[in-house]
Amino acid sequence: MLTYVFAAILALTLASFVLGWRRSLVVSDGNRRNLHSRPGYYGSFVAAWVGIPSLIFVLIWLALQGPVIDRLLVASLPAELTANLGRGPMDLLVSEIKQVAQGNIFGQPSQDVVEAAERYNRWQSIASWSMFASALALCLLALVFTSSQISPEFRARQRVERIMNWLMITCSVIAILTTVGIVLSLLFEAGRFFNLVSPLEFFFGLSWEPQIALRADQSLGAGAFGAVPVFLGTLQIAFLAMLVAIPIGLYTAIYLTEYANPTFRAVVKPVIEILTGVPTVVYGFFAILVVAPAFTDFMTSLGIQASPNSALVAGVVMGIMIIPFISSLSDDAITAVPRSLRDGSYALGATQAETITKVLLPAALPGIMGGVLLAISRAIGETMIVVMAAGIIATLTLNPIEPVTTVTVQIVTLLIGDTEFDSPKTLAAFALGLVLFVATLVLNVIALRIVQKYRERYD
Amino acid sequence: MTDAALPANLRTMRRFDWASDMNARRIRRRYAANRRLQAYGLLAIGLAVGLLGILISSIIVSGYSSFFQTKAEVEVYLDPAQIDANNLADANYRQIFNKALERYFPEVTSPTERRQLSDIFSSESRYAVRNYVASNPEQIGQTIKLSVPLSDPFDQAEKGVIPRYVEALTDSERARFEFLAGRGLIQGSGADATLKLNLFIDPQKVGADPATGNYADIIADGLLAVVRVSDYVTRSLPILRDDATRVLQAHVVANPDTVGKVIENFRFPLSPNYAKLASGETPMTLNQRFASEKQFEWLDRLKSQGLIGMPFAYELFLNADSRFPELAGLAGAIVGSIYVLVVCFVISVPLGIAAAVYLEEFAPKNRWTDLIEVNINNLAAVPSVVFGLLGVAVFINFFGMPRSAPLVGGLVIALMMLPTIIIATRAALKAVPPSIREAALGVGASRHQVMMHHVLPLAMPGIMTGVIIGLANAVGETAPLLLIGMNAFIPSIDNIGLLEPATVLPTQIFSWADSPERGFVARTSAGILVLLAFLVLMNALAIYLRQRFERKW
Repeated sequence: MLTYVFAAILALTLASFVLGWRRSLVVSDGNRRNLHSRPGYYGSFVAAWVGIPSLIFVLIWLALQGPVIDRLLVASLPAELTANLGRGPMDLLVSEIKQVAQGNIFGQPSQDVVEAAERYNRWQSIASWSMFASALALCLLALVFTSSQISPEFRARQRVERIMNWLMITCSVIAILTTVGIVLSLLFEAGRFFNLVSPLEFFFGLSWEPQIALRADQSLGAGAFGAVPVFLGTLQIAFLAMLVAIPIGLYTAIYLTEYANPTFRAVVKPVIEILTGVPTVVYGFFAILVVAPAFTDFMTSLGIQASPNSALVAGVVMGIMIIPFISSLSDDAITAVPRSLRDGSYALGATQAETITKVLLPAALPGIMGGVLLAISRAIGETMIVVMAAGIIATLTLNPIEPVTTVTVQIVTLLIGDTEFDSPKTLAAFALGLVLFVATLVLNVIALRIVQKYRERYD
Repeated sequence: MTDAALPANLRTMRRFDWASDMNARRIRRRYAANRRLQAYGLLAIGLAVGLLGILISSIIVSGYSSFFQTKAEVEVYLDPAQIDANNLADANYRQIFNKALERYFPEVTSPTERRQLSDIFSSESRYAVRNYVASNPEQIGQTIKLSVPLSDPFDQAEKGVIPRYVEALTDSERARFEFLAGRGLIQGSGADATLKLNLFIDPQKVGADPATGNYADIIADGLLAVVRVSDYVTRSLPILRDDATRVLQAHVVANPDTVGKVIENFRFPLSPNYAKLASGETPMTLNQRFASEKQFEWLDRLKSQGLIGMPFAYELFLNADSRFPELAGLAGAIVGSIYVLVVCFVISVPLGIAAAVYLEEFAPKNRWTDLIEVNINNLAAVPSVVFGLLGVAVFINFFGMPRSAPLVGGLVIALMMLPTIIIATRAALKAVPPSIREAALGVGASRHQVMMHHVLPLAMPGIMTGVIIGLANAVGETAPLLLIGMNAFIPSIDNIGLLEPATVLPTQIFSWADSPERGFVARTSAGILVLLAFLVLMNALAIYLRQRFERKW
């Protein structure tokens, strides 16, 4: 049905383009020079008014149809069936009706449910057909109205350009809407979480055991939502990643900008950039396939019992992923240092190494720092490597050979599988997401500030 | 210049002797520092490139074998008595397949052995028979040749990934033996190898009747006096032959006077594995993954008849997911990925280009457009998992879209890609020189016409390069899709739709990586290789576009 609606709107839009075009030629008395705009603009004007409003109408209709029919369905159920039903059982009942309506019948549904399913199907088809009809009516109305406006003096180009302007503005606002959507959904769900769990416990509690109670009176099942071990694990893994990525990335950048000849640079730089193009799930598998066994073997040969999903393994593999990030940002920072500083240093008789360590690096430091901050924000937001290579249980430890968990791991484990939106377990993921979002945002803003300031100084 | 002309502080300074040894050393040191820095740089590059090499090669090594599948060519008699041509679904295809095996191995009759025999072949061989019959019903009554995959352990063994036999003794067991041998307690070799122990025949353990004494405990105590290992290990006496207690019992019964005394240097025969170790061989045992050595006998017989082969595994690309590694394929994930990519492309490319054109060419400079700009830059750095949360909260919870659906996945990825596309498009638009715009404006084009007729077409190759690179990143995106449930188990590609549950390549890789069967390790690597090949293709296309159409102004 939906496909037909969209196809019909598309076909009508194309047809109205042709109609508008023809119409403009008709009103021009056979001489195109009488027209204010070129015929295509008349066509586009009509087509835009036929296509866009009806499309928006259909999308709004679709967004509302489901909830409205659900509401009607619940209202139409016999009172004895819905009495004393909470939100959860009610949702179950509604989804059972929908399953029956689709013909997936398990067991013996009650007569009420079967009737409701029939009603549901009937309403669905009524809704679809009325949507189809109203969309078509809207199209035709727009077609009649706009084509009646076409006259030789009609400023079609300006009208079309104004429509296009509005379309483009809408598109740019979608980027803002995305941010608003992220912030609102995180704030809203996190707010619900903080209604159930106090923020004090979340930010300062030392124990993280987000299981849900299976029974109301279960003693262990309340769950503990003290996120300090999770934050600490995240920072620890990010720190280990930086320990790997900063030296390798920085030395790589130094060599490539200052020592390497152009051919070497032209070959090596893209090869290192490949590391960023590799999907993170591949790094995660690399960690469990190669790095973790090698690490545990090595530790066993030293006589130390090491866990295969230790912080060290996840951190090192994440560090490998971040190398090109640091190297290309430091590369940019070092090349941006003005030629005069470099030449001045050489003129004083400094060697290349002295020029780099005493002149270029200090001058490029803000840029490099900005790059490192961006890399840290990337590291704490990285998900798949830690989901596959780090632990799930939150332990409060700084020992790098013990498993720790991270914010992103917890978000994924809490949300994988069935999600109910009223348990603190699910909502905790959003609280963690909010913390993650704010942390990366702050890091990014600071980093961009530093980089910008530094650029201004040399420009 | 005379000294008197210099300022006082310089006049008093000692002349620096540039030719002195000290200076030569200093210069050498400075040059060494330079070379050192250079070496560190090279080392860092070597490390980075080497790690990339290890990453790629380890995945190739572990994954290439999945592109081939060990198969057996079996003649199957499609017995018309068993298959009703009008009711193909009800026939017992397992029995038909097992009948076919009986013709190759008539001597296999016991139920255990029969099960072991059919375990060699993939558990879904009967479906292979059924599918053949379904597509060729006229063949009923004929004998057909059917190529069936071997089950995962045998496939892996044929590929040499897992050994048929493994060492029977663990490292610590061998170490314990070496310790005993080092004490000179092991003598002889082969079947005659013995362990000599001093035994205290404890009257309490022997009890009233020497014929029923607890001799195992007596031996364990003797062993414990030499080796300090846990009680549990000693008491099970794995090092001695099964009849060790009976040997001692016989000795004590024959010599009742030993009760209460210490027997010195009593010799016990070693168990077969340790006896082999004593004669310098490595004792081997059947790998636990296999039920019986006979299975290899049967397999090798088929092999000697030339019935076992290892052709290219088209199934990897044609099958959807399965619980059995030898049958699992990527088809479902590839189709799902394509759906998600198409949705993402259709939404993010027009939106992104329109937004970029507006911001770059039409937007007035004011607080609003600044806000949009800052916002886009920050959005580009938001962790991908947060977009997954957005998808769960807004699309699934608020708008009630179905979980695991490619439509939702495509929407989430599209929002994620939007900043990338906007930034790439703006860069491409910036690269078009102002002279083009000015010339078009000069001949009377409106600003929209300049844009649509001149700037955008010229910027298109750059935009498309950016879009393709962005899409390549989107293909590998896992975390947000995981959150919206796109790691569904999809055993068939028949009903994949925009609103049906689906899975994508990276989440398929993630699910396989989580599976315990050995065969899935190779499958995971193969999935990664396919994903990487996809990425390489897309990037190559982007590079081609850039080189072919890019203009230098």
